[in-house]
Amino acid sequence: MAGPLPEGRRPAPDGSLPAGITPNVATPLSADVHVPYCRVRCGYCDFNTYTSDELRGSRRDTYVEVVAREIELAHRVVGEAGGLRPLHTVFFGGGTPTLLPAHELIAMRENLASRFGISDHAEITTEANPDSVDLAYLEELAAGGFTRVSFGVQSVVPHVLATLDRTHDPERVGDVITAARSAGLNVSIDLIYGTPGESLDDWRRSLDAVLEWGVDHVSAYALIVEEGTALERRIRRGEIAAVDDDLHADMYEMADDIFASAGLEWYEISNWSRTAETRSQHNLAYWRGHDWWGFGPGAHSHVAGARWWNVKHPAEYERLLTSGITPAAGYEVPTAEERELERLMLGLRVSEGVAAGAVNIATVTELVETGLLNDEAARTGQLVLTRNGRLRADEVVRRLVETSD
Amino acid sequence: MSPRARTPLTPASTDPAKIRNFCIIAHIDHGKSTLADRMLQITGIVDDRSMRAQYLDRMDIERERGITIKSQAVRLPWEVDGSAYALNMIDTPGHVDFTYEVSRSLAACEGAILLVDAAQGIEAQTLANLYLALDNDLAIIPVLNKIDLPSADPEKYAKELASLIGGSPSDVLRVSGKTGAGVEELLDRVVELVPAPQGDPTAPARAMIFDSVYDAYRGVVTYVRVVDGKLSPRQKIQMMSTRATHELLEIGVSSPEPTPSQGLGVGEVGYLITGVKDVRQSKVGDTVTDQVKPATIALDGYTDPKPMVFSGLYPIDGSDYPNLREALDKLKLSDASLNYEPETSVALGFGFRCGFLGLLHLEIITERLEREFGLDLIATAPSVPYAVTTDDGKFIEVTNPSEYPTGKIKSVSEPVVKVAILAPKDYVGTIMELCQSRRGILLGMEYLGEDRVEIRYTMPLGEIVFDFFDHLKSRTQGYASLDYEPSGEQEADLVKVDILLQGEQVDAFSAIVHKEKAYAYGVLMTERLKKLIPRQQFEVPIQAAIGARIIARESISAIRKDVLAKCYGGDITRKRKLLEKQKEGKKRMKMVGRVEVPQEAFIAALQGDEEAKKKP
Repeated sequence: MAGPLPEGRRPAPDGSLPAGITPNVATPLSADVHVPYCRVRCGYCDFNTYTSDELRGSRRDTYVEVVAREIELAHRVVGEAGGLRPLHTVFFGGGTPTLLPAHELIAMRENLASRFGISDHAEITTEANPDSVDLAYLEELAAGGFTRVSFGVQSVVPHVLATLDRTHDPERVGDVITAARSAGLNVSIDLIYGTPGESLDDWRRSLDAVLEWGVDHVSAYALIVEEGTALERRIRRGEIAAVDDDLHADMYEMADDIFASAGLEWYEISNWSRTAETRSQHNLAYWRGHDWWGFGPGAHSHVAGARWWNVKHPAEYERLLTSGITPAAGYEVPTAEERELERLMLGLRVSEGVAAGAVNIATVTELVETGLLNDEAARTGQLVLTRNGRLRADEVVRRLVETSD
Repeated sequence: MSPRARTPLTPASTDPAKIRNFCIIAHIDHGKSTLADRMLQITGIVDDRSMRAQYLDRMDIERERGITIKSQAVRLPWEVDGSAYALNMIDTPGHVDFTYEVSRSLAACEGAILLVDAAQGIEAQTLANLYLALDNDLAIIPVLNKIDLPSADPEKYAKELASLIGGSPSDVLRVSGKTGAGVEELLDRVVELVPAPQGDPTAPARAMIFDSVYDAYRGVVTYVRVVDGKLSPRQKIQMMSTRATHELLEIGVSSPEPTPSQGLGVGEVGYLITGVKDVRQSKVGDTVTDQVKPATIALDGYTDPKPMVFSGLYPIDGSDYPNLREALDKLKLSDASLNYEPETSVALGFGFRCGFLGLLHLEIITERLEREFGLDLIATAPSVPYAVTTDDGKFIEVTNPSEYPTGKIKSVSEPVVKVAILAPKDYVGTIMELCQSRRGILLGMEYLGEDRVEIRYTMPLGEIVFDFFDHLKSRTQGYASLDYEPSGEQEADLVKVDILLQGEQVDAFSAIVHKEKAYAYGVLMTERLKKLIPRQQFEVPIQAAIGARIIARESISAIRKDVLAKCYGGDITRKRKLLEKQKEGKKRMKMVGRVEVPQEAFIAALQGDEEAKKKP
C-alpha cells in the first residue's frame, strides 16, 4: 500500500471479477483490513495512512460502517463468481488499527465471520503500537475472537526511534507483551534495521531485547527510504546519513544468527518463527499465491490471478461505496510471463522454496555454484535460497527469468 | 547617402573593371553576418520584408550558433558617381578549423574587409586569417564594427589595427552592422580600394572551384570564380584534374537566391550545376575549363586538408548504426574534409572512426548528425595521428589508440602545432603556466596596443585536443582566443595507457599520453569508473596499465544485498514491476567480460569531469 498505486485497467463499476477469472474454492481465502489512521505520521512511512487533519471530511468513527459496505460488496462479488468459502486468516493492518476502539475491530471481524464464515483455528491478527493498547484492550480483542497481535516495536534504542519518529517508550514493550500473552494472544514483533545513525551495536540491543521477551515470531525489515517521505527529504538535504546496503547485509546476517541461536528459524526472507505453527499464516498467504480481499482505502486484493487495488483517499473510498460503486481504482490480470515472474519472486521468499518448473538448468547450476541457491534442494528440482541468496533474492529472480525467455 | 544601384550590371557581359571581389574576415561574434545582412538590404537585393537575421547562413546550426560553416558568394549591385559596379561578397568561416575554407575564399578575391568588434579588438583566428589574406596579396580594408555598443572603444582598437597592417588609425572605418551606420561608405571603399580582377576574355575558359555544396534537390552546386574566358549555359565543361566532363545545366549568380544568367565572364563569381551528386566529383581547388577548347595549364589548386583530430562516433542506440552510416554519407556529399571508417568497440558497439579538421569541426559534425538526422551519439576522447616506428623498422600511422602496436617501439612522433593566443596582458602568467603544463615551448610574445598580448607557442596537438580550450577559457574568464596551425612533427616519449575491467580491456578508454602523464590519466580514469560502474555480484578490479604493467588500481566491491524486504500489504504488482524494470535495464547493459556496465556509465566517463567544466 506504499507509494503510488500501480497503473491498471479500469474495473467494472459493480466490482465484478474480470471475465475469465474463476475462483477455486480449494484455495484458502484471506481478508486484509486496512485501517488508514495514525496519531502521527512517522518520517519513514509512505503507507496509505492519515492523521486526523488530513481526512477531508472522512470520519474515523464511521469507518466500520464504510468497511461494512465493502464487505457486503465482496460477499456479493465472490458469491456471484461461486467462490465463497470460510476465511483462513484475517489481518488488521495500517495505519494503526488499535486507534479504533477494540469493539470496532471486533465488529468488523464479526461482520466478516457472518458473511464469509471463519474456518477453525483461523489466524486473526491485528497490528498495534506498543503504546496504543493496554491489558483491558487486549483482553477484549482476545474475547472477541482475535488470536494474535503484532507489535510495531522497530527498535529499543531511543535515538533510532527518534529518527523514525516513533513515540513509544521502549521500556513499556516488555509489559505490553506480557499483557498480550496473559490475554491469550500470540505475539509477534516487528523490527526495522538500517535506520540512518543505527550502528551494529544499536541493532544488537534490539535483537537481544527480542530474545529477552521470548516471543515466538519476529519480522525484521530493512528500512527503505521511500520517495516523498520526510526521511527521504532529510537525507537529500544531508541532515542525516543515507542508508548503507552493506550495513544492511551485516545487520541481516546478525539478526539471522541471533534468532537462529534462540530457536527462531527463518521461514520467509524477513520473518522468523519458533515453530511451523507460530508462522504467520496471513503472511504466507501472499507468498503462496492464495486469494485475499483487501478492504479499505489503498488495499490490494488477489483472487484467482486477478489483482486489484482500491482508491487511496478515505474520503473518495467512502464516496464510492456510499454511491454503490466499487472502490477499486484499477486491476490487472498478469500475463503468463508475468505470472511466472511472480511465481518465482514470491515462492523464493519462503524457506520451502519453489519448484524449478521451466527455468534454465544451467542458470540454476550457476546460482548454486555462486552460493545463492541451496544445492541439495536444487537436486530435487526445488529452488531454495541460501542465506546469501536471501540477501540477493532480486538478482536470483532476475537471472532465472532472463534465461527463461 | 550614396545612391542605390538602380541598373544592375548583367552577368556574363560585365566589364571586369566594374567588378570587385571581396571577402570579410572576422572572428565569431564580431558581427560579420549582421553586416552582410545590411549589405543585402542597402544594395536592395533583399527587400525589407523578406529580410531575416543572418540571411546567408543556410543551416539552422549556423544561425543558432552565429557562425558560418560553408562559404557563400553573393553578387551585390552598387553605384559610385553614376557608374554601376558588381560587388561579389564571399563569406568566409571564422574559425580555426576552417582555415582551409578561408584560404579557398581568399583565392577568389582581390580584397578583404578585416572586420573587428569595436568593443573586443582583434582575436587570434582573425589574425591568422589576416596573415593568410596578406599572403594572398589582398587589399585589406580595416573596419571596426558594433560602434553603437556603449562599451565600444573605436579609438583604442583603430590604433591596434593600424599598428597591425600599417596606415593611420583614421583609415579604419567605423560601422554598425546593426544600425547600418557606415555601411554605404564601406561599399564605396570596396569599389575604391579593391583592385578589379584581371584576366584574358579571349583565352580558353579557366574557373577556380572554391566551394562545392550538396543540395538535396539540385545535386551539387559548385561555386566558381572565372579567371579567363567565359562559361555559358549548356556548355560542355571539363574538370582539369580528373578530365571528367559535364554539361552546364545551369549557371548563374547568387543575389542572394540562385539566379540563372547567360553565363559568367572574366572576374565573375557564381555557381554551376551539372547534375553530379557527390561533391568529390566537383573538387574544391580544381579548374573548370571548356571541353572543346580546353586550357592547358590549370590554376593553382589547394591541397586537400588532412584530418588532424580523430574520434569514434557511436550511436547510443545500437540499432541506429545504419542511420549513422547513411547520415555520414550524406554529410560527406557537402563536406569533403570529413573522413570516416567503421569501427567496433566493446564498450560502445558499432560506430565510425572519424577524422576532422579540428575540434570545432568535430563538434559541428556531431551536432549536425544529432540535429539534422535525429541521432543520439557519443564521441570518444579526441586523438591525433601518431607515427609509430617499431623496433623491427615497421612504420605505423596510429589514429586510434587501438591501432597502437603491442611489440617493442623504437620511436613515436606526434603532430606539433604553432599556437597563437591573444589575451589581455593580466592573463599572461596563467596562460604560460597552462601552456608549459601541456609541453608547450614559448616562441615569443608581442603586445598589440597597450593591454593585449599575442603569445606564441609550439605545442603537441594531442595536448590541445584534450581539454586545452576549456581550460584556457576558464582560466582567462573567456577573454583568451586561440589559433593554431600545423607545424610538423616531433618525437616524444609517449605510451599507450589501457583501462581494464576485471582484466578485460575497455577499448574506448585507451589513450596515448605522454609518459609523465600516464599515471595521472590512469588514476583519473580508474577513479572515475569506480564511481560510475554499479556494483556487481562479484568484486570488480579496475586497472590502468601500460602494456602488462599496472600503474593504477581501484576496485568495486561486490553487491551484498539487493532484496526488497517487504511487499507492502500485498502490493505484488508494484514489486513485480520493479523487477521487470530492472530486467529491462539489464538488457541495455554492455558486457565487458562478465561485468555489466550501463551505457550511461561509459558515456559519463567519456564526457569527463562535468564539475570541472562548469567552473567559470
